[in-house]
Amino acid sequence: MALDVFAPWDDPNAKPLIQFQNVTKRFGDFTAIDDLTVDIFEKEFFALLGPSGCGKTTMMRMLAGFETPTEGQILLAGQDIGAVPPNKRAVNMMFQSYALFPHLSIWENIAFGLKRDKMPKDQIGERVEEMLRLTRLEKFARRKPHQISGGQRQRVALARSLAKAPKLLLLDEPLGALDKKLRQETQFELMDIQETTGTTFVIVTHDQEEAMTVASRVAVMDHGQIVQVSTPDVIYEAPNSTYVADFIGDVNLISGKADPQDDKLHMHWAEGQPAVVGSPLDGAAKGQDVHYAIRPEKVSISAEKPENAANTIQGEVHDIAYLGNISTYHVKLAGGQIIKAQSANNRRISRRAFTWEDKVWLSWTDTAGVFLER
Amino acid sequence: MRRMTWFNVTSLTLGFAFLYLPMLILIIFSFNESKLVTVWAGFSTKWYGEVLRNTAFLDAAWVTIKVAFLSSCLATILGTMAAIVMVRAGRFRGRTVLSGMIYAPMVMPEVITGLSLLLLFISLGMDRGVFTIVLAHTTFAMCYVSVVVSSRLVSFDQSLEEAALDLGCSPVQAFRLVTLPIIAPAVISGWLLAFTLSLDDLVIASFTSGPSATTLPMKIWSSVRLGVSPEINALSTIMILVVAIGVITASLINKRNVVRQRREEAAAEKLA
Amino acid sequence: MRRLLIAVPFLWLLALFIVPFAIVFKISLSDLAVAIPPYTPTLDFAEGWAGLKAFYAELDFENYIWLTEDDLYWKAYLSSFKIAVISTLLTLLVGYPIAYGIARAPQEWRAMLFMLVILPFWTSFLIRVYAWMGILSQEGYLNQVLLWIGVINEPLIILNTNIAVYIGIVYTYLPFMILPIYAALEKLDISLLEAAEDLGCSRFSAFWLVTIPLSKQGIIAGSFLVFIPTIGEFVIPSLLGGSRTLMIGKVLWEEFFSNRDWPVASAVAVVLLLILIIPIVLFQRNEQKQREADK
Repeated sequence: MALDVFAPWDDPNAKPLIQFQNVTKRFGDFTAIDDLTVDIFEKEFFALLGPSGCGKTTMMRMLAGFETPTEGQILLAGQDIGAVPPNKRAVNMMFQSYALFPHLSIWENIAFGLKRDKMPKDQIGERVEEMLRLTRLEKFARRKPHQISGGQRQRVALARSLAKAPKLLLLDEPLGALDKKLRQETQFELMDIQETTGTTFVIVTHDQEEAMTVASRVAVMDHGQIVQVSTPDVIYEAPNSTYVADFIGDVNLISGKADPQDDKLHMHWAEGQPAVVGSPLDGAAKGQDVHYAIRPEKVSISAEKPENAANTIQGEVHDIAYLGNISTYHVKLAGGQIIKAQSANNRRISRRAFTWEDKVWLSWTDTAGVFLER
Repeated sequence: MRRMTWFNVTSLTLGFAFLYLPMLILIIFSFNESKLVTVWAGFSTKWYGEVLRNTAFLDAAWVTIKVAFLSSCLATILGTMAAIVMVRAGRFRGRTVLSGMIYAPMVMPEVITGLSLLLLFISLGMDRGVFTIVLAHTTFAMCYVSVVVSSRLVSFDQSLEEAALDLGCSPVQAFRLVTLPIIAPAVISGWLLAFTLSLDDLVIASFTSGPSATTLPMKIWSSVRLGVSPEINALSTIMILVVAIGVITASLINKRNVVRQRREEAAAEKLA
Repeated sequence: MRRLLIAVPFLWLLALFIVPFAIVFKISLSDLAVAIPPYTPTLDFAEGWAGLKAFYAELDFENYIWLTEDDLYWKAYLSSFKIAVISTLLTLLVGYPIAYGIARAPQEWRAMLFMLVILPFWTSFLIRVYAWMGILSQEGYLNQVLLWIGVINEPLIILNTNIAVYIGIVYTYLPFMILPIYAALEKLDISLLEAAEDLGCSRFSAFWLVTIPLSKQGIIAGSFLVFIPTIGEFVIPSLLGGSRTLMIGKVLWEEFFSNRDWPVASAVAVVLLLILIIPIVLFQRNEQKQREADK
């Protein structure tokens, strides 16, 4: 029996928890969100990824109730929530600055939302203790926010926003203020907590690694629109545009003219270089402008011309970026273009195969890269 | 860090001597036995006794404190409201006018403010006294309060209020439970500023008061116009010391809190 | 809720700040009369529209014409301006080195020195001016010390002259000058001076070419903060100045309280306000620029 994969977005009968229906948001002349439609499902860990100013924060603030859509509707469990003020929504938010109340203790911060719901005292106590345990903060309950470290503050903010057991938790750059090592640890912690509580998480981030790590699906945004929504592996391996390919990870992008042949697509891209061969692109006519994206780690580098490779190009090592576990070679072709190739350093550096100005061959299979229309 | 140069040491010494010597001399000569203020005739506290027995001074002091208390409370409420409106209410019609009305009284010569308020009270047929002074002082003090409070509000992380709303507060609750406790220090300094401005004011009070109310500065004024007197020296000393002790205590408490907070923050980071 | 929040301070200031001005302006167009209140015409609502018309017909600019004819007034405006300019410059000369000294003092002293500058500001203005009366008078402490040292043989006459007024203004307004300059100097990065010296400046030229330009905003702000209130100053010229010290605040006070000429006093106030609008607008523009630069 196959493992039951969590993929409600592939199930036509699944009912989305949140629906953005043709939502547009304008601030004066500026259009922050442009006719955006997307569904988010229950128990998803949904990431909004994009550069600053792409509209991801506006989307989140509309979900929290701090902004209302100029046009279109936002549905939460089928209900239009456009007119519901933030304090009446079953949605909580973890703020980028954490927004911990400096005059209240950690305990009181976590209890703050529960008290507003007029929950009985003993239940509040239980719930707060539960949240403190979940976030491993029991020792710090009596402290004030300035008396704990940045990482602990981040956990208090999470506990506080989870305490009311919201249907939907919004996380605005939740790990942005932490240093890299702590951030990586906390990413896994976030995923554990999301799984334990079964809450739907929507996270806003500009860090693609973070989005890829934590999310069940990633929406890549640009200029108020979602360019692509998909699982992290699809976003990485099958981007739908050069924008997505370039935004996520490292990539070689080359442009040329399409030349469909049999069941393959060839692309002529530079004088004196062989055409790039890859899987066909729907509806690409001969002579049409197309782009080709290939990840550096899919390009192999060798001293001899490899047999049987679908794509081979000769060049000269121009630069080497040594990152410890891997090295990235910038290989300069005869026409001056640079192609990046990555290889794992499974040998010690003294026995490295290539050095500057070595003549090398780059090669990759016909399924390693993707052709893109835009 | 550079060492202090001679130039800096000299300018600081001379500067602070200039600021403090006149008051020091005043304080010293308030203990002068002689009626002739400029001739030292031995130590005595008799002028303090004179001041404390002088009911005119005491009455005026009482009026002044009453006025200062009422007007600073009113000014704090109004000024805080104005600050919230200016910082948080976004755009509304009359925003520019309001910001002008908050700003203008602070740069207005006191003689003009006093004159215009007096003419208002007269044309309304109001009896002048404590009440009219309170109205006048509230009006100019609220502008200072609003500046003090809005500078705190501007630096205030607005996501704190949003977090309160997000956790279920109504806007009023969010203000009471989150905003107010956090801006409280600024509101208190605004109140203190309003209080001392009112205590200090001579010109506006002279215009807006009637025969029934004489404030301490008005009383001192009518006496110092005739020249220096040992009684006024003693009274001034009392006023200077009260203010100095108040301000120094407040700033020491403030400093201690800041130091403690820093220490705790440092400890928290080390612990992590 | 929001509307109430806006309305309360708005209406308060409208009623107690704008309306009084309208009244001052109206009275400045009226004529002096031996009556209570001592001006004419007064608006008589009982007569309705005709009364209002009659009322407007009687308003004129006579008092303003009077201000230009009697040289007391324009001399007073001119002399206020002169005194304000001179004392602003003096305050800058005294205040800058103090602000500079505080900004360059060891970190742990700065808060204390800063508080010492503000402390006098909290104590009574009137008392601070009064303190100088005992020092500057003919038999005052300054003359006693100077005579005792032997610098002078005759006591100097300082009190009741413009010099005493300058001293009083510099003394009372000094914190207003020091604070903005200190704020500007404290932001100044020491490494800029080191860079200037590294590039061949002497200490002095580094100060002149780097420190001064970078504290310009503070100098401008401080100068306005001293200049604007000084123009309308009343207490200092009355206590320290002599009968020949002409300042417009004093003239207004006397016109109102001694001569009981309310229409002329009002006209004096209106003209003073018109004069002050220029520096106030300039000051606000400077502040605006500063805020934008800080962003």
